[in-house]
Formats: sequence, structure tokens, C-alpha cells
Amino acid sequence: MGNAVKLTPVSEKDKALLSKIEEEAGTSINLCYQCGKCTAGCPAAFAMDYTPRQVIRLLQLGMVQKALEVESIWICATCETCSARCPRGVDIASLMDALRREALKQNKINDKKVAVFNKGFLWFVENFGRSFEAGILMYHNILTRQFLKDAELGIPMMKRGKVSPFPEIILGKDEVKRIFQRVEEMGGE
Amino acid sequence: MRLAYYPGCSLDSTAIEYGLSTKQTCKLLGVELVEIEDWNCCGATSAHNTNKMLSLALPARNLAIAEKMGLDILAPCAACYNRFKAAEVAVRHDSDIRQKIQKIIEMEYSADNRTLSILEFLVNKIGVAKISQKVTRSLKGMKAVCYYGCLLVRPVEHTGFDDTEDPQTMDQIVKALGAEVLDWSHKTECCGAALATSRPDVGKKMIYEVLKNAKAAGADCIVTACPVCHMNLDMRQEAVEKMFNTEFNIPVYYVTELVAYAGGESPEAIGTNRHFVEAVKYLKTLPEKAAQMEEQKSKKTGQKAAVKEDQEALSKKINAIKKGLEKNPEKVVARIIPDEEKAKILAGIINNDDKKISKLAELMVTDIEKAKKAAEAFITVEQKKQQKQVDSN
Repeated sequence: MGNAVKLTPVSEKDKALLSKIEEEAGTSINLCYQCGKCTAGCPAAFAMDYTPRQVIRLLQLGMVQKALEVESIWICATCETCSARCPRGVDIASLMDALRREALKQNKINDKKVAVFNKGFLWFVENFGRSFEAGILMYHNILTRQFLKDAELGIPMMKRGKVSPFPEIILGKDEVKRIFQRVEEMGGE
Repeated sequence: MRLAYYPGCSLDSTAIEYGLSTKQTCKLLGVELVEIEDWNCCGATSAHNTNKMLSLALPARNLAIAEKMGLDILAPCAACYNRFKAAEVAVRHDSDIRQKIQKIIEMEYSADNRTLSILEFLVNKIGVAKISQKVTRSLKGMKAVCYYGCLLVRPVEHTGFDDTEDPQTMDQIVKALGAEVLDWSHKTECCGAALATSRPDVGKKMIYEVLKNAKAAGADCIVTACPVCHMNLDMRQEAVEKMFNTEFNIPVYYVTELVAYAGGESPEAIGTNRHFVEAVKYLKTLPEKAAQMEEQKSKKTGQKAAVKEDQEALSKKINAIKKGLEKNPEKVVARIIPDEEKAKILAGIINNDDKKISKLAELMVTDIEKAKKAAEAFITVEQKKQQKQVDSN
């Protein structure tokens, strides 16, 4: 019984959430007939706790909250091999994207490092209009307490003129900031 | 041709060699690039992991500026290209999204213009024939595999200029430059992208798989068109080698570096000296490698020709002796049988016996001692036969 799951009726709330996720992903989970082609071609499946096929199965069984907690959605690299090969036209990569966004909203983040990286990246875009690699790496290392991570690459990159110690700031930075604000106002849909 | 140019955040920094070589490639091909004024970051993966509308609006601001310029866009970075295409297609096909985006970016934008990837630009807008005309320094001697990664070919509804499983455009370009392009398994496998940073245990394994399979295919270098792939395969190659206790030492080039170099540009001018895995030396050894290949080829054909010549000469000699044995047997057999009596007998034996004539002639040319023995044997048999006849009479 180790791998058995206890199925309870799906709550109305989860049903609504599921259709919201499907709509945002632009795909339907009921098309999936569980052939496993997505998992077979996934280059990151070896590291996942639930394979792509299993993530979809969780959704089909109405276990949305479980699907939001799996590590797999943060291991998915969005390479889209699954979506390109799915014989039923399910856009699995887009579903993973939608799941990540929902997990962020609910603060159900299994892998904080990815979320921290994204947050740092977007902070620079929001305020300067462009990303700032050196800044993002420092921000990421400090917040994830990996102070020396990739430090061995820093100086060689600067020597090669591959990172600037200063951010680039665009003239239209306020326009970009307003893009972030308006998207926020719209509720991210 | 004029195109709006979107360098994105990496073509002036981490992928500086891609930026420099793209500009040189365009100069070589007579294409004018006009940088999109005051462009902003496309948001990359971080935006579409966080908020869908944001991931469409950030590229849309750049696309709108280019639309005002009346130009199509060249976005060499595969990640930017992918985000631009997503925004372009969404706005073109969904009027609801179009209205929302216009409101968010405070600009008109109807997706009249198109975003081009570097491969689509080189193959479909310039053409492989024109590229090969510009080659002044052939890459003959190079053994390459082309690595497309994910973002250039997927999703096919957005990209659509090449096959998703077995793309060919980059192969065609590199072939046109004179290199040998090998077929391999990992053309469109993912390098793990940002997983190398966020989950090195997963990301480095994915990088390792790509490098390992390139080597297994017999490649001396990898060609790419994506700054994320390049960073993973080049900058992180040493760390991957350490993790898996192996050595690859395989240079990784941007396709534009190879076009510009084959067009005569110096490696320094296009930033090839800035790679982490030394990449200039291999380019410099190509003429030597090509010469070696030529030499081996001519040696092989030379050897074949020599063997053929020898055989022809041999059969000529054999034929000459055969004719001699037919027309003037006594004189010719004297060469192997000095005894006149015996020579007469031998002449009698071979008279009108094609088989024996052919055998003797061949042996006389290839091995004179064997010919003598065979002749003696013929004579002995004949003498015994005659003796028998005498006895029975």
C-alpha cells in the first residue's frame, strides 16, 4: 500500500483552481491518456520526484494541492520537448509554467532557489529596465546563503569583459516600471 | 537589408563574442543592423515563471518600438527570440491580449513585424549560397556537431523555420563554410539552462550528457546559437569535467563566430579569445588538418593507381610471353629449359594447349623458378608417358 493514494472527492475550490490552471496554460488535462511519452523524452525526469506524466495524473485525479507541492515543477527546465512530442497535444510545459506561478502565489515553493533567482532577476528589470548579471548572482547567493557559489567564475568573467560591475539603466525605466505596476493591478492574468 | 537589432542583456556581456560576431557577420553579408532604441530586458524565464502577462508585455515594448521603425527584428539570443515570438504570436492571434498589452505598454502594437532567429535570418533571408560565396578562409578540417538546444526549435507553432527533432539550418550554414558536420543524438536536447545555477546536481548532469555525446559522435567542436547553451557548455565545462572526473576540452563556437572567421575576420575581433575553453588554437590548426586530409586522400588514390598500373603492366608482359609461346615455342621455352631436347619436348607438350601456355606464361613473369619446376614436371610426365608407350610396344 506504500504507493497507494487516498482519493477523496475533489472540492469545488480545487475544481475551480484546476480549470483556472488549465485555462492559463491553454491546454486540457483530460486529453492525456497517460502514454508517458512526455516522461520518456524529458531530459530532467531523472531528477524528478513525480515524472511529467505523474504530475498530469495528479491533476486528473483532482489532487491540485499535491501537484503544487511537487519538486518536479521546479526541476522542469521548460525545454518543451514534452509538449512538442505529446500525441494528444497536451501542452505539458505550459501546465508546468502555470503550476509554478500558482505555487508562487500560494507561497508553496518547494525549491526556493529558483524562486529567489526569478525575484532577483525581475527586481533589476523592474528598476533598471535591464537585467544585471553580477547583481543577480550576488543577490541570489546572499539570499540562498551560498556565498561562494560560482565565485570561481566571477573574476574570469570580469577579465574576459563578460560581466560589468555596474548595472545598465535605460532611459525608459519608468515606462518599464509602469508595465510591472499595471500587470500587478490586472492580477497577473 | 535593414533589420532592427535586439542584443538583449547577454550579447553585450556574458555572450560578448556572440554580439561582436553577429555584427561582423552582418557587415560581411551587407546587412544593416539598427539597434532598438532604449530597449528593455525581455524578462526571460523569470518573467514567464512568475506572471504570464508580464512575460508578454516586456518583449512587446521592444517589438512596438521596432514596429514604429517599420523593421523586422533580429534577436540572436535564443531566449530573447523565444520570448519575442511568444509575445508576437499572442498579439497577432488574440485581439483580447492585443488590447491588454497595448494598455500595459502604453503603445500601439499590432505585430505587423516579425522576429527572426539568427538561423532563420542566415538561411532564409540571406541564403546558404551567398554565405559560401563570402568564405575566404575555409573551415575545411573542422569536425563539428550543431547544437540547437530547445528555444530555437520549440514550440514549433512559434518558431516553425526548422524541424523540431532533426533541425538542419545550422548544419547547412556550417557545411557551407567548409566544415564537416556530423550527425548526432543531442541536437535538440536541453542543456538545463538556469538549472546549472539553481540545481547544479541536475543541471550539470544535463550539460555532461550533451558534451559526452558530442565527443562520442567524433566532434572536435560544438556549434551553438544560444547564449544560455554556450555559457553552460563553455563556461561550466571545467566544473562538469571535475564533477564527472573526465576530460572533454571541446571548444564551443557561436555559429556567427564561424561565419565571420570564415569570412576573414580575426578571432580577436569577434571575441573568440574570450572563451573559457580555449577556442582560437583549434581554428588555427584547421589548414594543417585540411592539408593532412588532402594528403591522406591523395595517398589513398595514389596507392590505388599504382596497384592498378602494376597489374596492367603485368598482364601485358604475360600476354606477350603467351604470344611468344604460341608462335615460337622452342625459342621461348629455351629461357627456362636450356636443354635443347627437353625444350623440344616441352614445345610439343604446350602446342595448342591454352591452359598450359597460360600457366607457364604467368609463372615466367611472376616467378621464374616456379616456371622452371613446372616445365620440368610437364616434361617428366611426358617422358614417362612416352616410355610407357615404348614399353607396351
